[in-house]
Amino acid sequence: MPMVEVAGKSFEVDEEGYLINLADWDEGIAAYLAKEEKVELTPNHWEVINFLREYYSEYQIAPAIRVLTKAIGKKLGPDKGSNKYLYELFPYGPAKQACKIAGLPKPTGCI
Amino acid sequence: MSDEMDMQEGGVVKQFMFVNRKAPYGTIYALEGLEVVLISAAFEQDVSMAFIDDGVYELKKGQDTKALGQKNFSPTYRALEGYDIEKLYVEKESMAVRGLTVEDFAVDVTVLDHAEMAAKMAEQDVLISF
Repeated sequence: MPMVEVAGKSFEVDEEGYLINLADWDEGIAAYLAKEEKVELTPNHWEVINFLREYYSEYQIAPAIRVLTKAIGKKLGPDKGSNKYLYELFPYGPAKQACKIAGLPKPTGCI
Repeated sequence: MSDEMDMQEGGVVKQFMFVNRKAPYGTIYALEGLEVVLISAAFEQDVSMAFIDDGVYELKKGQDTKALGQKNFSPTYRALEGYDIEKLYVEKESMAVRGLTVEDFAVDVTVLDHAEMAAKMAEQDVLISF
């Protein structure tokens, strides 16, 4: 597995760049992963990333996109619970890109 | 295609039941079965799950897998509701011989006896067993 070094800390990623050890994650690593994905992180991005981390710690899976939009809408308001909003933040697929930056595994059933 | 099936957004909705018969750890069946169920949710079918024999242990509260060195995936059953998979049937006899009651489960379930479970299975279009 490839190793990556960020600010003196090295961590392992898989062939697609997903973090192997969830516990390695910190904001510096998130910033690195975001850069790899060419995403500039704003407070709106962090809101989704933090939501995903909470979801994972509760259910031990990364949610499918349909489940993510529904849950985000419930928690952050209906204007944010839409595919459009999430795709604006994460153009290459919110479940996939946001999960990667949040240090989660690739979502089950990610299509 | 049968005329009795509901038509929804141009697609046919079938009744899928995923039957879980194995204890959560020791084999990969329970985890694989759960993943297939989560993936199946994307296809907007009428999905239910049945828990029979040692499969009833999959839903047990308070699982601790530290000694096994495996991930505890039992919290994921609580995510099923968010995937609109709310029909979880547990066989009464399987619970009874293992000394389990509904209070032992991490999620809300419908308890069916042997005959009711058989009837529920007979209603399905597709049965997939793990």
